[in-house]
Amino acid sequence: MGDFHNPDSDLDRFRFRLGFAAIVVLLAFGLLIGRFVWLQVIQHDFYQTRAEDNRIALIPIVPNRGVITDRNGIVLARNYSAFTLEITPSRVPNLEASIDALATVIDIQPKDRKRFKRVMDEAKNFESIPIRTRLTDAEVARFAAQRYRFPGIEVKARLFRQYPLGSVASHAIGYIGRITDRDLGWIEEMEKQANYKGTDHIGKNGLEQHYEFELHGETGYEEVEIDAGGRALRSLKRIPPVSGNNLSLSLDVKLQQITEQAFGERKGALVAIDPSTGGILALVSNPTYDPNLFVDGITPDNWKELNDHPSKPMVNRAINGSYPPGSTFKPFMALAALEMGKRTANQTISDPGFFNFGNHHFRDDKKGGHGTVDMYKSIVHSCDTYYYILANDMGIDNISKFMGQLGLGQRTGIDLGKDGASETKGVLPSQEWKKQRFKKPEQQKWYAGETISIGIGQGYNSYTPIQLAQATAVIANNGVMFRPHIVRHITDAKTGEKRIIEPQPIRDLKLKPQNIEVIRRAMVGVNKEGTGARAFAGAPYESAGKTGTAQVYSLKGADYKAHSIKQELRDHALFIAYAPADKPTIALAVLVENGGFGAQSAAPIARMVMDYYLLGKLPAGAAQEDAAAVEDDNEE
Amino acid sequence: MIDIPGTLRRGWRELVAHIDFPLLLITMAIMAVGLATVYSATFDGNERIFSQAGNMGVALVIMWFVSRLPPQKLMSFAIPLYLLGLILLIAVFLFGIKVNGAKRWLPLGFTRIQPSEMMKIAMPLMLAWYFQKFEATLGFKHFFVACLLLIVPFALIAKQPDLGTALLVGGAGFFVIFFAGLPWKVIVGLGAAGAAAAPMLWNVLHDYQRKRILTLIDPTTDPLGAGYHIIQSTIAIGSGGTFGKGFLNGTQTHLEFIPEKHTDFIFAVYSEEWGLLGNAVLVFLYTLLIARGLIIASSAPTLFSRLLAGAVTLGFFTYAFINMGMVSGILPVVGVPLPFMSYGGTALVTLFVGIGILMSIHTHRMLVKK
Repeated sequence: MGDFHNPDSDLDRFRFRLGFAAIVVLLAFGLLIGRFVWLQVIQHDFYQTRAEDNRIALIPIVPNRGVITDRNGIVLARNYSAFTLEITPSRVPNLEASIDALATVIDIQPKDRKRFKRVMDEAKNFESIPIRTRLTDAEVARFAAQRYRFPGIEVKARLFRQYPLGSVASHAIGYIGRITDRDLGWIEEMEKQANYKGTDHIGKNGLEQHYEFELHGETGYEEVEIDAGGRALRSLKRIPPVSGNNLSLSLDVKLQQITEQAFGERKGALVAIDPSTGGILALVSNPTYDPNLFVDGITPDNWKELNDHPSKPMVNRAINGSYPPGSTFKPFMALAALEMGKRTANQTISDPGFFNFGNHHFRDDKKGGHGTVDMYKSIVHSCDTYYYILANDMGIDNISKFMGQLGLGQRTGIDLGKDGASETKGVLPSQEWKKQRFKKPEQQKWYAGETISIGIGQGYNSYTPIQLAQATAVIANNGVMFRPHIVRHITDAKTGEKRIIEPQPIRDLKLKPQNIEVIRRAMVGVNKEGTGARAFAGAPYESAGKTGTAQVYSLKGADYKAHSIKQELRDHALFIAYAPADKPTIALAVLVENGGFGAQSAAPIARMVMDYYLLGKLPAGAAQEDAAAVEDDNEE
Repeated sequence: MIDIPGTLRRGWRELVAHIDFPLLLITMAIMAVGLATVYSATFDGNERIFSQAGNMGVALVIMWFVSRLPPQKLMSFAIPLYLLGLILLIAVFLFGIKVNGAKRWLPLGFTRIQPSEMMKIAMPLMLAWYFQKFEATLGFKHFFVACLLLIVPFALIAKQPDLGTALLVGGAGFFVIFFAGLPWKVIVGLGAAGAAAAPMLWNVLHDYQRKRILTLIDPTTDPLGAGYHIIQSTIAIGSGGTFGKGFLNGTQTHLEFIPEKHTDFIFAVYSEEWGLLGNAVLVFLYTLLIARGLIIASSAPTLFSRLLAGAVTLGFFTYAFINMGMVSGILPVVGVPLPFMSYGGTALVTLFVGIGILMSIHTHRMLVKK
């Protein structure tokens, strides 16, 4: 290309192009000036009117949050309307004096002032902030008569969230609270900023958080004229909001309530699943808390009490508590042995009451041993020695592979909290896990001796109650695993259309039917003639179960005497079960913290749950109050 | 005997040896207007005027240092700066953190940086260096390579997504290629192809970007979201009228109707209070700035300094035009600040590095000729 080379013509061309660019710049700036003339001279009157005389404010109208009901239509979360007294700080010249004057008309407590200050510090300048909620009609009338004295202070009708059953199922439902900076980040991430104009509450955990964008609805708005002082003159246009969608749960709140009562003062968790769909029937974590406390911003005193309480009511033990499974692990071990061909059902061992490995002496619970033990007996009488030997024969990585397939040590993906962030994983021990877990090379190595106690659900094993319930449901459902979920369908507020949440199969373990049958028979045996027989005596249905007792601390060869050990060091009691054994409709896992033996404290709760779910039978002595009764909770 | 006045005079002369006073005066004038507007936009809330004045001080010092670097020195920065910028952009693509739905920041433990900002300088520097290196044999091949050097960082920034910065970086690079003599046929052809590909481009845009274009056509479709900015800023400009409502008297501003009023939408605040007259003054100042830059480019001695000066100057134009265009409702809303006016330290530093480059090119031209 010859014309690229001549320096003189290059310079000329460069200068020509500079001139060309200068003309483009002038044209573009001319266009801008033209636009300014159009807006500021020709259309000036129009914009003048819009800005100077009347100012149009867009006032967002917050939609009604969706209602949450249980499987029988009992309301678990709803809204009610109440009058609040609100102050817009930017329009009140002397805040302290105004509130003092206000206090002569309306009852304002020091705690109201405290809360107002706290919310004001968190809020943006021009927002209106409630100083009193739930005004009585008399108070509204009193204020209306004196309103002229209080510019920037208004009575507003607002919707409040209410959980009519109070603390029942609070760990599943969750609660809403005021939007914080962190929540704002979430809203921005989801690109929902516009829809949250005017909204000041958001789901903080549980279903309220997981289904936040279903429950919220679409914000409407009203165009109103405001005068120079910012006071509304008249409404020009109104686009109504669209209410949030309603959630209908698979959870049976009556069942939930009975279970919570059965726990009483005891700490623990229970998860009951419909094995053929993954639908959660009950998700109990005891003790619970009253979610109504959080709606208006929890007071520091209440928060301190909940947070510092030794029984940790704020922890959702069902999905965030991780416990050794104890002997409830044995049916899973037995199934693994059958599937991997490491045992047949009829193979027997001879149990002297201990198993020696190297210098280690592994004790069986029963002194002197169980004698000749086959697989059936090993489950029904919970023989430890059988599983010490089995674990040693299988090796840690085989165990870990199979248990991983059952979902142990993995997040189940239940629809609670923010995706993935809310569930505890637990520990599924393997050589790889140990390498990741520890830093020092000598700790990273897996020792064969460590595998032995894995076999009876001790050692590094640690799972959440929901994982145990899900693994039980997999056995009950012939090896097909569903993702556990609490919401059964979502009703669209606009169209009334029901969106069914389809059961989501996660995987089919392709278990051999004859192997499942062996385990089923043994677990039925547990409830008939074994460790669960006492709890299930006289049940008109056939159930399958397994008790478990998980050591909280190692006894180092000493005898276990419950009464001589401090409460918090006592063993955890566990029980897994499903029923009816031939065609299961419910599978569950129960954990009672420091409950001692599983047969004693966990199995009776499972019996109560199954009696109610399968027979509609209420436990003797259970409070007969109507589940729908509204507790008129007084905040704070 | 020590000649104190003489030493002072020589010291002063040395201090300002590489300062171009016309450029300095024009930018100081725009910045004075900017400071007053930042004051008006923030005095009843969260005051920013002092920190903005601090930003200006820092930026001026950086300008002074850059103006003292001879163009040969600037050339030696081209490749390292470009490569560093490119690596950091790739790092953002891989490990960047999301803020407000866009991946623009790179976490460095103690702080985080936005690498696209340095590309605004590194891009024209690199391309000008490239054309200088192959000045004697310039052919189609070189234009092709230059386009590649341009497109990769452009795509990485557009992907973040940060359309505003991508346009500024892409613009700066394109100006170099244009001034280097990209044939008109190719320019016209690219323009036609671009127009034809516009519907396809529509499909590539993010939802929020489409929304912004749609709201430009009819702002009332999204009055709570993106449309709100345009509606309120055009009301502010229109109600300003010929002479404006007066300093600190903008009702749109002080009743909190204008979003981002001290940053990207500062022009709405200025225009409401100073009216058409004020706008004309501001546009005139920008025209002077650009004219001075083009004069420097036209008298620059080497291809490198010509191309760099021309591209940096038109960069200022791109900033100003896109910003005023979007605030007055003729361009979609993209995140581009108004040069020397908007609050913010990083953008100001980048702008003054550009001014420093222009000064360096102008004040070193005689030395090169010798």
